[in-house]
Amino acid sequence: MRKVVITGLGAVTPLGGDLNSSWKNLISGKSGASTISKFDSTGYPCRIACEVPLGEGLIANDGSFNANDWISQKDQKKVDTFILYGIAAAEMALKDSGWKPQTDEDNFRAGVGVGSGIGGLASIEKTALLLNEKGPRKVSPFFIPGALINLAAGQISIKNNLKGPNLAAVTACASGSHSIGEGAQMIKNNKADIMLVGGAEAAICPIGMAGFSASRALSTNFNDTPEKASRPYDKDRDGFVMGEGAGFLVLEELDHALSRNAKIYGEFKGYGVSGDAFHITSPSEDGDGAYRSILMAIDDAGISREEINYVNAHGTSTPLGDEIELRAVERAFDSAIDGLSMSSTKSSTGHLLGAAGAIEAVFSVMAMNENIIPPTINLDNPSLETKIDLVPHIAKEREIKAVLSNSFGFGGTNASLIFSHHYN
Amino acid sequence: MSDTLEKVQAIVVEHLGVEADKVTASASFIEDLGADSLDTVELVMAFEEEFGIEIPDDAAETILSVGDAINFIDSAKN
Repeated sequence: MRKVVITGLGAVTPLGGDLNSSWKNLISGKSGASTISKFDSTGYPCRIACEVPLGEGLIANDGSFNANDWISQKDQKKVDTFILYGIAAAEMALKDSGWKPQTDEDNFRAGVGVGSGIGGLASIEKTALLLNEKGPRKVSPFFIPGALINLAAGQISIKNNLKGPNLAAVTACASGSHSIGEGAQMIKNNKADIMLVGGAEAAICPIGMAGFSASRALSTNFNDTPEKASRPYDKDRDGFVMGEGAGFLVLEELDHALSRNAKIYGEFKGYGVSGDAFHITSPSEDGDGAYRSILMAIDDAGISREEINYVNAHGTSTPLGDEIELRAVERAFDSAIDGLSMSSTKSSTGHLLGAAGAIEAVFSVMAMNENIIPPTINLDNPSLETKIDLVPHIAKEREIKAVLSNSFGFGGTNASLIFSHHYN
Repeated sequence: MSDTLEKVQAIVVEHLGVEADKVTASASFIEDLGADSLDTVELVMAFEEEFGIEIPDDAAETILSVGDAINFIDSAKN
């Protein structure tokens, strides 16, 4: 049985232009939310978002993101921002892994899997307006390849000469987690030895904000205090705050990693997947889809529930979803509930849609390696009583044996990932 | 240097990210300047915009070099 380990991590988030700055801000309880700067949001029901901090200089200087560090200005114009974030975070993860293909065979055995919820939405919006104003001959030849969801995976494979499986899960807010889970299956099933997997999203644009507002998914009560808006499990929560960015992991077959003395962050242990078959945007009221996804992941991991002492929740800060997930976790862990910590890092990052599961997997692996559980900020008054420790406000030092990360998407699609330490 | 050459040069430098001195009249977009087929479509669109002309698809297919572009633009303008 082939085992899968994690040997590289990378991230571009609203908390920082790389993993180091994002992680530091995450565990110090910072919020990435502010008034939208990308466009004038006057008149929009939700005028706040968690935007990636953009800067002119190198990340090392101020923790901001500068696209010029990762892709030439000429090529930036040919891709949507979600691909840009994806290329950058993938490069970071690959560099962190220290792996470089040496032979053709190395290239053939290395693949890419990158999910996104809605891909190049901002490019689609801009191009539609241009088409309407100036006609079909003004549409750029790079519009389609710059907006297609799987072109994040395509671009990353081209840049790094990775010729193995090239995939993109498109499962709304579970896209990142499904891409990671499916990438791990590629290695387990001997289709690849190494997979660069993650998610990327950049949907903070007029049509994105208007659309999610219309489906009553976004927070609208905190336009004047953006940093308070994302408050999972709190009784005053009223919807999610949109985030953007990308997260990546290098997954590698164990012997492949050992043979090159790679740094091993942990083991990819379990993967659960399920569907609600209930409603297009609402999770099933009994949380059964989430419950079955979690159980399947635990079963796949082959570990006892007691070993999992941290859950990185989907926890988007919507009135319905948070409680349903909490009850599903309680039900799945049953008697193992005592001593379980569960936090939602979306309280700090906002909801990165198709990149959410990816940055949360990265944060989960970091939590396990650093033995620090990131907090659920803004959790002043929990709306439900629970035995689970929801890690309010302040990060918690705790030895983490194994971690579960949940992601649930519109359409009723669920994914659960379990990571544990790797023991020789 | 003709006015057209100068403007074409600037467009090619901007879109293809090449050095200005490589953009000579005889330079082929694909073979010498590293463009792909999508880049050439975008270049033609940029020429149309800059010079206020229309370049039909069948004509665009014959514009393979910087010189081809200048000749087409100059004759279209006259």
